Amino acid sequence: MSEEKALQIEETEKREVAETGAERTRDRLAFVPRADVYEINDAIVVVADMPGVDEESVDITLEQDLLTISGYVEPEYPEGYELSAAEYRIGDFTRAFTLSDQIDRENIEASAKDGVLRLRLPKLAEAKKRTITVKAG
Amino acid sequence: MIMRPYRRWTSPLAREMEQLRRDMNRLLADFPSSHQWRMAPGYPAVNIWTTEECAILTAELAGVALEDIEIAVENDTLTLNGNRKPDDVEEGAAYHRQERRYGSFARTVRLPFRVDPGKVEARLRNGVLTITLPCAEAEKPKKIMVKAG
Repeated sequence: MSEEKALQIEETEKREVAETGAERTRDRLAFVPRADVYEINDAIVVVADMPGVDEESVDITLEQDLLTISGYVEPEYPEGYELSAAEYRIGDFTRAFTLSDQIDRENIEASAKDGVLRLRLPKLAEAKKRTITVKAG
Repeated sequence: MIMRPYRRWTSPLAREMEQLRRDMNRLLADFPSSHQWRMAPGYPAVNIWTTEECAILTAELAGVALEDIEIAVENDTLTLNGNRKPDDVEEGAAYHRQERRYGSFARTVRLPFRVDPGKVEARLRNGVLTITLPCAEAEKPKKIMVKAG
């Protein structure tokens, strides 16, 4: 394999949720998960990094056009140990997105693997893009 | 220092972690330092839990497959190598956001004690890597048999 790109720590830092508007009910640190959002012809795909989260501890809600994804992390503190060095903090994850397209709510697919949440939000039939031919002249 | 809402600080551990994180940043900024644990900054971020003789390292490696991680231990050095691969994305996908990064990583940690590589345990669960080092064995005094005659 040719030269691999090296992953930089600055590219992966955790960003805390800004305390604006409504507060969270859980009194715990919350981070904004890094997410990729992309659109294919028939769906919107959201992929979010949530280390420590599995399918049981993920929460997805879609209200009107607001999609909220949350992941709850139960930190494992080794008993009897002291934290000597901490380069990262542990907390929950939460993020909300406004969806512009009409989503088929009944068929949202979600999976969590290796701390990554993947959502497939299928577009409603009428929302799928139609190619419009542009004629010259 | 920006004052955060007090609510955030009700957890003593959260407070401690934040203080340690700042201390760690200062330590690494002065690298090399005389601190026992030595790591040059890099990905992934590592937390170190210790007792008198034992240590556990944790790191967040979301989306990294088990087969793409390599841990090597030699004397008092632990090296964490690996590759976070990009996703398989369908043809013609239009990105609205791309924040997740991928690439190779290699991080070396200098341990305060020698470690038997055969006894190091590592576990990857939900993107969190936990490395349990065998506890440092105290130098046991060697018994010397005294023979008669």
